[in-house]
Amino acid sequence: MEMIQTPEINLSAICHILTLCVTGLLILVLDLFINDQKLLPFKIDKKLLPYVALGGVILAGISSMNDFGPAVYAFNNTIAADNFAAFFNVIFCIGTALTIMISINYMEQEDLNHSEYYALLLFATAGMMLMALAASLITVFLGLELMSISLYILAGFNRAKVESTESALKYFLLGAFATGFLLYGMALIYGATGSTNLKEIAAAIKGDTLNSATLLYLGTGLMVIGLGFKVASVPFHMWTPDVYEGAPTAITAFMSVGPKAAGFAAFFRVFLVGLGGITDHWVSLIWVIAALTMTVGNLTALAQTNIKRMLAYSSISHAGYVLVALVAANEIGSTAVLYYMLAYAFMNIGAFTVVIVLGKKGEENLNLEDYSGLASRHPLLGFTMAVFMFSLAGIPPLAGFFGKFYIFSAAIKAGYVGLAVIGLLNSVVAVFYYLRITVLIYIKDPVREFPPLSISPFTLAALVIAVIGTIQLGIFPSWILEIAQSSSLF
Amino acid sequence: MELLIFFIFGGVAVLAAFLMIISWNPVAAVLNMILVMFCLAGLFVLLNAHFIAAIQILVYAGAIMVLFMFIIMLLNLRGNEPIWKSRDKNVLLSFLGFLLAVGAFIKLFSTLKASGLNQGTQIGEDFGTTALVGKILFTDYLLPFEIASILLLVAIIGAVMLAKTKID
Amino acid sequence: MVPLTHYLLVSAILFSLGVAGVMLRRNVIMIFMSIELMLNAVNLTFVAFSKFLNNLDGHIFTFMVMTVAAAEAAVGLAIVIAIFRNKPTANVDEINLLKL
Repeated sequence: MEMIQTPEINLSAICHILTLCVTGLLILVLDLFINDQKLLPFKIDKKLLPYVALGGVILAGISSMNDFGPAVYAFNNTIAADNFAAFFNVIFCIGTALTIMISINYMEQEDLNHSEYYALLLFATAGMMLMALAASLITVFLGLELMSISLYILAGFNRAKVESTESALKYFLLGAFATGFLLYGMALIYGATGSTNLKEIAAAIKGDTLNSATLLYLGTGLMVIGLGFKVASVPFHMWTPDVYEGAPTAITAFMSVGPKAAGFAAFFRVFLVGLGGITDHWVSLIWVIAALTMTVGNLTALAQTNIKRMLAYSSISHAGYVLVALVAANEIGSTAVLYYMLAYAFMNIGAFTVVIVLGKKGEENLNLEDYSGLASRHPLLGFTMAVFMFSLAGIPPLAGFFGKFYIFSAAIKAGYVGLAVIGLLNSVVAVFYYLRITVLIYIKDPVREFPPLSISPFTLAALVIAVIGTIQLGIFPSWILEIAQSSSLF
Repeated sequence: MELLIFFIFGGVAVLAAFLMIISWNPVAAVLNMILVMFCLAGLFVLLNAHFIAAIQILVYAGAIMVLFMFIIMLLNLRGNEPIWKSRDKNVLLSFLGFLLAVGAFIKLFSTLKASGLNQGTQIGEDFGTTALVGKILFTDYLLPFEIASILLLVAIIGAVMLAKTKID
Repeated sequence: MVPLTHYLLVSAILFSLGVAGVMLRRNVIMIFMSIELMLNAVNLTFVAFSKFLNNLDGHIFTFMVMTVAAAEAAVGLAIVIAIFRNKPTANVDEINLLKL
């Protein structure tokens, strides 16, 4: 019997994922001892566990920042630890850290303070990182599933609430359905190129050693469907508003940033690295999807009266803008996406934080009317909400403006002027519904009593970080753009 | 001979799958699904995938479908749904999708028939055995294998969190 | 020897039947089982390509798909139980999912 050669194991390439997984396991183990303190030499409190999770995420973020530098291919080329992945990993860590900070108070208020929540957040983040690192279809698939399965559970975390479990079921059924298409696409691409490795797939396309080109195109189409579901692009967006509305608000904030960014990381990796050789064949498909996603997302957002649903449709339209960068398929596009997703993480989580701060148990105050006159009672909170809304609308000099600016200039540079015009028109429509909230906040009289706010220190910190991030990225975009430029896929 | 075995397994699989999606009673649907999985295991053996065929029976037919059966019994589901009612829009959509799929596959098969892939290459004696698959799994695909363990852990946490009557 | 197209045809038919099941059925358990059928069809595609390409990656992929299917089954059925505790029905329409 021949011995198995031990493969080369490069743990430093997956240091951040390991940190997250180990912290997640640590939280689960520590939780066991809370009811039985005799077994431990020191005392632990249930309230401590979120801080353990936060510490783990910050450590993972620091180790992701260390990843900038020459690309490292590890584990038989199943992962590629390059700058592109490192940039995305930092975005995921920021998103998860902010989510944990706003969750501490929210989950206690909703009587949902179970330590499994934080463990699942960490595992989901590990899945997202794996998607950004993926250099093989197998890793894309496993990262996606690790993230999705954690999210199905988190969406249904408020088990006593009908809406929460329903949103979990809807998310689960449609997510699993989309996984079926994604997998079939992967199977056909594997059959066409004879490999699951993105680089080898690219080499097979370039070297013209395909078994069947039709097989490849069919597989690409099916993968667009599968990934399109995951990033909530039209016409595969139907699950988004209901799931966003039903899930606990902290999870909605998390879902709208991290998993969406991870979906785009996988989208860009697979389509630009693996299928970059047949850009001509998929670009028109993505063009149509991008135009539809922007238009449908913005027009439907206009009609919403619930803030969570409005933000859901707004997140759909933002997915459309990012797809414009994929259509451009050039260096500016790839840079713009990194910048945009970072800016989006700050402004979107910030907006959801304001929603959480204004809610109470059993009375979440989710109607747009509830925001009338906010500025007259809580001027600072009103101002922060206005900052996030202006940034989401893309008004200079905030982060959202530069993100859109770079994306549209990438599209124009690649010759897709029509798409850029559609995007610009959409931005104008979007200004209307974002401004409507600002008008309510500043001009209308209050329709309800605003109780004195009790913001916990961590929620306040999250809000401050989000505001500073949004303004800072807008006013001094150059240094982050430089990093993004060195991290682009080209 | 091989072709005959293929037609038996393939035909029964398609038939059972059809019966599964039209069956009125969830228990009958589960039994049909198990039949599909057995037939697929047979096809896997024809394709020299011995290890996959074994875990197809053990994991899929054995564990997953038993879980389905368990839930149907636990929740006492009955087949009292009107099968096709009120999803007319989806019926039309499905029909259009079906036409598209048929077109795509006709094109695909006509090109594949001509390619060299269709007849296959000579494969080794030990192709698809547990030893060879295991060796690749623990060398080339070590990281995906480890990630799968985290994935199963998440599933365990989720099942406990969502289904337990009272969380303490 | 059975040609590759035969296997691909069987798996394409099974996949289409699975999709049809998801689109047309209303019972949650039936929709879920149709999704399992889709995954099974994909497995057949992977294994068939694996043999004809003389490359074992497809087997590894199938192995991972089965792991994921098991995890999804556990979580999905737990979600169904959680819904049932709140609202005893298993028809998709009644749990406000018609806009699938």
